Amino acid sequence: MTVDVRITDSSLRDGSHAKRHQFTAEEVASIVAALDAAGVPVIEVTHGDGLGGSSFTYGLSRTPEQELISVAVRTATRAKIAFLMLPGVGVIDDIRAAAGNGASVCRIATHCTEADIAVQHFGLARDLGLETVGFLMMAHSLPPERLAEQARIMADAGCQCVYVVDSAGALVLDQVGDRVAALVAELGDAAQVGFHGHENLGLGVANSVLAYRAGAKQIDGSTRRFGAGAGNTPVEAFVGVCDKLGIRTGVDFFKIVDAAEDVVRPAMPDECKLDRMALIMGYAGVYSSFLLHAWSLAERYQVSGAEILVKAGERRLVGGQEDQLIGIARELALRTP
Amino acid sequence: MKVTAAIVGSGNIGTDLLYKLLRSPVIEPRWMAGIDPDSPGLHRAAQHGLVTGAGGADWLLSQNPLPDLVFEATSASVHRANAPAYAKAGIRAIDLTPAAVGPSVVPEVNLGEHRDAPNLNLTTCGGQATIPMVHAVSQVTPVSYAEIVASVASRSAGPGTRANIDEFTRTTSRGLESIGGAARGKAIIVLNPAEPPLIMRDTIFCAVSPDADTAAISKSVTERVTEIARYVPGYRLLDEPQFDRVGDVLRVGIFVEVEGSGDYLPKYAGNLDIMTAAAVRVGEAMA
Repeated sequence: MTVDVRITDSSLRDGSHAKRHQFTAEEVASIVAALDAAGVPVIEVTHGDGLGGSSFTYGLSRTPEQELISVAVRTATRAKIAFLMLPGVGVIDDIRAAAGNGASVCRIATHCTEADIAVQHFGLARDLGLETVGFLMMAHSLPPERLAEQARIMADAGCQCVYVVDSAGALVLDQVGDRVAALVAELGDAAQVGFHGHENLGLGVANSVLAYRAGAKQIDGSTRRFGAGAGNTPVEAFVGVCDKLGIRTGVDFFKIVDAAEDVVRPAMPDECKLDRMALIMGYAGVYSSFLLHAWSLAERYQVSGAEILVKAGERRLVGGQEDQLIGIARELALRTP
Repeated sequence: MKVTAAIVGSGNIGTDLLYKLLRSPVIEPRWMAGIDPDSPGLHRAAQHGLVTGAGGADWLLSQNPLPDLVFEATSASVHRANAPAYAKAGIRAIDLTPAAVGPSVVPEVNLGEHRDAPNLNLTTCGGQATIPMVHAVSQVTPVSYAEIVASVASRSAGPGTRANIDEFTRTTSRGLESIGGAARGKAIIVLNPAEPPLIMRDTIFCAVSPDADTAAISKSVTERVTEIARYVPGYRLLDEPQFDRVGDVLRVGIFVEVEGSGDYLPKYAGNLDIMTAAAVRVGEAMA
């Protein structure tokens, strides 16, 4: 089927943050089955922080992620199974294992200024015959031209689609379009461009439409927003909006709406809400998966979670620096009389 | 009489090492070898009275007399090629590259065991900063798992590290086990591009038994930090160790900052400074 934009659902990867990495094999199987039946073409399954993310720093997985990837591959009839990896957290051996378990799309994420640390991983992924996607995280923190330079590094290394990743949910409308357009202009036919949005300012769907109009060929979302921060672009709403605009996604609106309500929601610990802390993340440009870490630390040290996030923004922490939130919480606790 | 030393590699690391060796009471840096006659490092070395050459290790090996020690600050592949020639000439090598031709050493942990080896390597910067902390805990109580996160300024991560970041994670993980004493190790590295650049920070987590003696762990960690600060003055604890129950284990959290001494490298590059400082420490022990 011809589509105008390819959707990747990240409920089982970005949703891992909201789930505190406690997915069971049964939950993964039921969600993959429902998304696959609705026509979602790519489903991402990994620890929230990518392969090898199970750790004290990011949260220990209840079920080994490679087992979850295997379950997803066995369950899907049409959908491709994707996985995420962050160089510096995971290693090449993790990519080999995921490929061996049948995953076919390798998504490699770096902070948006550090694309060159992923060159070795893109090379291996292509050698293994995997489709490759590159994630330039925290894309709000670089102007369009500089983001495009980093995209070029990924494309030259073998990346087939470079994503503008709004990890903090901080990009607003034209800021997305401008970045996507800059990448499209830089990459030409060398690689596609994608967009990954968060809901921290309530703009996931609108930003994704602008990304499409600027030339993005791949869009990420999470059914029922099941993701980090206030959640990801809701796939079911994006599909509905695309139907109205005549943009073909290949996903059945009514089936994905049912999947969101009947299958995904029951696996979620809570709705992903646009509450105070989520809004602060979008406003201050804070990495979305810091949310629950800030919650836990606020409770442990009896400090304000919102204040932890504000400080994280001031210190310009990047994805992966969850450990530094502990120090911030301690400083706030020691300061409080 | 001081032992004589040569520095091979005239880049940032080699140049920073030059300034540290010039202060050593037991080592005399007498030669610096590079491959580019216009390299600023070679010019600086010449200004300080060292004999310099742009013919690399071959040039160095043609000198008479030969040095007692060589500090290799080139790349893993270059050191692998040079190491047999140094050994044949009877020159002992301190390897700052990831080549790992000889045993890995961390001062204050296992240097005593390997003092007489002909070739010693310094594992990784993250390893130098974190392995002593894991070791300080494992001296008190068994560590079933150690995990470290090294946050370094983007500007202090050179092309070699960037091209093979897996080598950092794997080598550091192994060091947490074989040198630090953890049953299992995991290393994570994060590059942060903030300006002005952030000083290197490391978080060390150790899984220990819930009935472990937390006061003894804190004391051991604090004492070890004091020992390291003798050769890396900017190495400091950011906070007292934190203890949290996670599942069946007690998680010890140790938070350090490594500020460089600013000899040649900028102060934020504590990750590079701890390597050159450790190299001098190792060289002095071998002397």
